[in-house]
Amino acid sequence: MNKVMSNKWIITLYVLPALLLIGVFIFVPLILTGYYGLMDWDGIGAMKFIGLENYINAIQDDKFWESALHSFLLAVFSTASLIIYLLISLILASKIKGADLLRKIYLIPMLLSSVAIAQLWIKVFNPTNGMLNSLLTAIGVDNPPSWLAEPSVVLYAIFIPILWQYAGFYILIYYAALKNIPETLVEAAKIDGATPLQIAFKIKLPLIMGVVKVTIVLAVVGSLKYFDLIYVMTGGGPNGASEVMASYMYKLAFTSNNFGYGSAIGFLLLIITLIVTFIVRKATATKEEIQY
Amino acid sequence: MRKTKAVTMTVALFTVLLLFAGCSNSDEKANGSSGKKTIEFMHLWPKGSSKTHYEIVNNIVKDYEKKHPDVKVDVQVLSNEQYKDKLKVLSTSNKLPDVGMTWAAGFMEPYVSGNKFAPLDDVINKNLKDQFVPGTAEAFAIDGKTYGMPLELNIATVFYNKAIFDKYGLKAPKTFDEFQHVVKTLKDNGVAPIALGNKDRWTGSLWYMYLADRIGGGDTMTNAINRSGSFEDPALVSAAKKVQDLVDMGAFEKGFNGLSDDEAKSMFMNGQAGMYLIGTWDLPNYTTNEDVPKEFRDSIDYFNFPTVDGKGDMNSFVGGPGVGLFVAQNSDVKEEAKDFAAFFVKEWGEKSVTDAGVIPATKIDAGSLDLPDMYVNVLNDLSKASNITLFADVQMSPDVAQVHLDMIQALFGKQVTPEKFAKEQEQALAKEK
Repeated sequence: MNKVMSNKWIITLYVLPALLLIGVFIFVPLILTGYYGLMDWDGIGAMKFIGLENYINAIQDDKFWESALHSFLLAVFSTASLIIYLLISLILASKIKGADLLRKIYLIPMLLSSVAIAQLWIKVFNPTNGMLNSLLTAIGVDNPPSWLAEPSVVLYAIFIPILWQYAGFYILIYYAALKNIPETLVEAAKIDGATPLQIAFKIKLPLIMGVVKVTIVLAVVGSLKYFDLIYVMTGGGPNGASEVMASYMYKLAFTSNNFGYGSAIGFLLLIITLIVTFIVRKATATKEEIQY
Repeated sequence: MRKTKAVTMTVALFTVLLLFAGCSNSDEKANGSSGKKTIEFMHLWPKGSSKTHYEIVNNIVKDYEKKHPDVKVDVQVLSNEQYKDKLKVLSTSNKLPDVGMTWAAGFMEPYVSGNKFAPLDDVINKNLKDQFVPGTAEAFAIDGKTYGMPLELNIATVFYNKAIFDKYGLKAPKTFDEFQHVVKTLKDNGVAPIALGNKDRWTGSLWYMYLADRIGGGDTMTNAINRSGSFEDPALVSAAKKVQDLVDMGAFEKGFNGLSDDEAKSMFMNGQAGMYLIGTWDLPNYTTNEDVPKEFRDSIDYFNFPTVDGKGDMNSFVGGPGVGLFVAQNSDVKEEAKDFAAFFVKEWGEKSVTDAGVIPATKIDAGSLDLPDMYVNVLNDLSKASNITLFADVQMSPDVAQVHLDMIQALFGKQVTPEKFAKEQEQALAKEK
């Protein structure tokens, strides 16, 4: 076995299929997007080379930066909500009754398709007949907001289903990581007289720090390129109040028929995501890795 | 022990799945090898929201397949907005369906200049000469060639719920003052006066266009778009002001900017709103559609948009040809596709009147058919029409149409002043030319 794996040709052979797939489906389109960004193109007719004009326009485009701000807000909220998921996982992993059932309940939103979730929440948010406003009216709130129509509220209203959708995913990751911690460590701590809180925050948490860092990166990157629920629920509206970078890119490329400009925005989205990922990695890096 | 069981189950499941996949694959092959020609056809009338349309399409397709046993028509259905998106994606990758639906003028322009649609003059001259209502086929012509065969002719009118109006002693308004009285009375009695789904934005554009038409006459908007006029025309600004007056009165239901047209429609159909401005493509819901309770259908009537401050002509309409059929330039069954499209238009002209109660773009002999009253009234109004202004977002190029639609949402949501509303659109229009 070792002999086989030390042969460079064999290694290449095994790596090649995956490399080809990633190359064809990820890197080639990436480069093409950057290239289309240099064009004046409606997506249908002939292309015209215009240099960096699209990129310069994008950097000066207020609407783009507004959508970027919304994306960053989503990233902040997603990252903050990780704390809640972590707490839930700590509780679930500490052998409480019904943990198995609860875990499954938390996972359900993940099994639904985004469009189904969007339709569900559109109904919940309906200003007159919706569940939320009916409830608010019943408990005596006069004139509750129309969640998806008011520019100041819509963005936060739409964050709720997004965070709800991914809760199960992160809880599952944390839960798995917590279950991986050797029982002996917890028992040793108990014998030394540690309280459950101390066990949770002084022993378990430091041990899964590696996983937590990964989820932070996942949450940030996932938020920056987030698209689907927003597209279905509001289409970025009203008048751009819930627009994020990806939905703005989509609108330009497909609804305004401005494919060149849309591609430029797409490429900027990639660059922004790369930079942010780099910063997050740097910020969470520690010298010593804790081992079991 | 439990583990091995789980593994066995998983393996068994996969095997079954693979078997299914294998079977469906072989089915497809059997179809392809029988030498049939396949015409891909995409339309935008899903069963859920436009049942009668959907069924007529299916019948026409079936009839065509019966007459041409060597041709198979592969139908794909998407709803309006998704349809527009998909068409663009398909066209970018050169995979347009052989026959599909397009809108006139500005929407069609990039497809024509990108050489994606085939000119249809030959098949129109051969099969459908002088069959179209004047002005409809022309809307699909660019540089003297016709690229689409219109199916419908639509005008927007205000539908209202007579039962609700009677209850509060209201009459169909003829002037804007009367209209405001209606709005106020309904509002005071806790009924949403107007159902509007302005998430879709073109719905709000209809209200704005009618106000602009009544205040400034039929040409003001058209001139602003074709650049012989300006969007900062006082009439267009004061129409925007009137929109905000209506919003201030609470004329539209709560949260209209976040609701889709379908949601607004269902409010109106559930008797939760008094009025609903929409195109005559919705006539079947109020006349013939059996899925709608008869009691509700009988309680619906329509009125032409009222005059504003004594100005405007009530016989001037916002509307125009709706969708038309295109044939893809790069279709590998182009002749069959053209033939199918012509067949479809002809059949549609006959069937859509009697079965769906919509107004086709082909000429019809209304006297010889047994038609619902409301339908005949619309036809009469149409024959008296002094002017039909094409929907603004169809007249404009896609890029400018986006600015218009976003501004409509902002105007209704009171995020912009009427002056800024006009200015932004003027700038977008000026930049393009």
